[in-house]
Amino acid sequence: MNLHEYQAKQMLAQRGVDVPRGSVCYDPLEVLIGARALKTDRVVLKAQVHSGGRGKAGGVVVLSMEDDIRRAAAKILSKRLVTNQTGPEGKPVSAILVEEVLPIDREIYLGVLQERAAGWGVIMASAEGGVEIETLAREAPEKIVTMKVHPVRGLSPYQARGIAYRLTDDRQLAQQIEKVVTVLFEIFVGLDCTLAEINPLVVSGDRVVALDAKIVVDENALYRHPEMELWRDRSQEDRLELSARKDGLSYIRLDGNIGCIVNGAGLAMATLDLISLHRGMPANFLDVGGGASEQVVADAMSILLDDERVRVVFINIFGGILRCDVLARGVIKALNQFGARLPVVARIEGTNIDEGRRLFEESGLPIEMISSLDEAARVVVQKAHAA
Amino acid sequence: MAILVNRDSRVICQGITGRNGTFHSLACRDYGTNMVGGVTPGKQGETVDGIPVFHTVWNAVRATGANVSIIFVPAAHAKDPILEAVDAGIELIVCITEGIPPLDTASAFHAVRFYNRRLIGPNTPGIISPGHKCKVGIMPGYIHMPGPVGVISRSGTLTYEVVDQLTKNGVGQSTCLGLGGDPVVGTSFVDALKLFKDDPETEAVVLIGEIGGSAEEQAAEYIRNEFNKPVVAYIAGRLAPPGKRMGHAGAIISGGTGTAQSKINALNEAGATVVENLTQVGAVMRQILK
Repeated sequence: MNLHEYQAKQMLAQRGVDVPRGSVCYDPLEVLIGARALKTDRVVLKAQVHSGGRGKAGGVVVLSMEDDIRRAAAKILSKRLVTNQTGPEGKPVSAILVEEVLPIDREIYLGVLQERAAGWGVIMASAEGGVEIETLAREAPEKIVTMKVHPVRGLSPYQARGIAYRLTDDRQLAQQIEKVVTVLFEIFVGLDCTLAEINPLVVSGDRVVALDAKIVVDENALYRHPEMELWRDRSQEDRLELSARKDGLSYIRLDGNIGCIVNGAGLAMATLDLISLHRGMPANFLDVGGGASEQVVADAMSILLDDERVRVVFINIFGGILRCDVLARGVIKALNQFGARLPVVARIEGTNIDEGRRLFEESGLPIEMISSLDEAARVVVQKAHAA
Repeated sequence: MAILVNRDSRVICQGITGRNGTFHSLACRDYGTNMVGGVTPGKQGETVDGIPVFHTVWNAVRATGANVSIIFVPAAHAKDPILEAVDAGIELIVCITEGIPPLDTASAFHAVRFYNRRLIGPNTPGIISPGHKCKVGIMPGYIHMPGPVGVISRSGTLTYEVVDQLTKNGVGQSTCLGLGGDPVVGTSFVDALKLFKDDPETEAVVLIGEIGGSAEEQAAEYIRNEFNKPVVAYIAGRLAPPGKRMGHAGAIISGGTGTAQSKINALNEAGATVVENLTQVGAVMRQILK
């Protein structure tokens, strides 16, 4: 679960990290009032969306107090922000963070994530902040300082200090950076984050300030942090992805026109790959899970039928725990309820296959059964092109 | 020999009186696994269709000599049973549970390593050695057939798909092992390859990887430098958009790393036979074994 920049900054500020003075505003007049309250010459308006690359997309604007701040705010709030990470549909902007503009002496990158092989926390820092860490990792990996933190022992002061002194020789500055590192790591562990990042952390005179921050909380650990649900911004998430999650399904929107129902994440990915090998393009990734019930299958089917881009439905199920007859009942239930407006190609295999096949055949619905996976993928793509 | 589980394995189930725990304990026993007990606190003295239940893992180990445990405890509570199994002396811990916060897995994994035990998973379908009639997992047993091929995978259903193909091509399996779909898991491709290298019953290996992390790249390096048996590989997720979790918590391309192409290239360069079309894996392996 992503947090907004202003939410991440609130968390940092609550724990004593310096952030720019500012306020979160929801309409243009509020933005103007918020800007005036800062009693400064220049302010920055920052669109609050779950995406990087906001600056280049026009979502971050620096203004002087003589400028028409209300109009600038209205412009940002009036349309969806399309960045290089959002896809063409963009994300709605419902809030603007208005902040003071600080003189910047230096920019630093600071991030915490989890290393996979042994599950240690990894703190990454670079004296070159402001750029994307991915770019830096690719082009100048020697400029990134990393520090591994043991999952049980936790962060020792010497480690945070070590990071700080790799970034500066100035004692006063290093002490401030050490504190920021410690707090960021506390947030990472305390909130079960998959990522906690300050980019850039800036040196402005004698202040060390978090100018932008990104926190991603692990969905699996949200049960430990029920208060975080209040911070979830559903407007930033895909409508169908949300409704799938509510039903316990895993759904990801893609750009094509073939709707796929698959059980198991690996088989779902492999099915997409197979469709693309046959020169087709899936509209989605929809995984009902290894042990779905009849209702879950019906819910998955209704999500596909609700997507106007879908031209043909491809059901690819290897029934292990999920029995083929349960699957068939779910599909038939959804088609009878929502109407069979689309052709369906089903390739099912595994437990109770004969019963599943019989149910499909006797349903009288337009379901084509193909037992070879490769052949089924070919036929689906053909139908998608023909539709 | 197969790897990790065999006819000598003595298996208990932590969470045996839950719905999944009961169902799969009995399915494992039906397949031939020596299920010697189960653990549910407060229910010692009861049985699950003849399998004795104990309050604690320690009690179960003392009474039955169990050396393998399969865990079906809900995600929010799954760290503790791993630690309990470690402390009770269980050598192989198979954690089926999906959705454990990775920070929990990391701290449990630390104990597993410290005491020199082995953890498979979490979020794994488990492990099966068909020739030994030993299944410690949730996979459908009937699709398997004894034989010379080891299977390692990060995905459950994709493993079933591939095993089914192998069997239909007349190619049996020595041991099939799901590593788990989480970002942090107890057993890696390299760990499994090391075991298969020393297993006389295994002549070749199918490796099924997917996007996210760099475990497949590490496997490629090991294959190039040390591994001496043929490897057929398939990598899922070539179409996955960056930054999206593709169903598994660990299946995500982030920061430009973890792409399918990078893994495919690494495995190709290491001399593995990388198959582009999933449906060809069984046939390709049959050719190689001829």
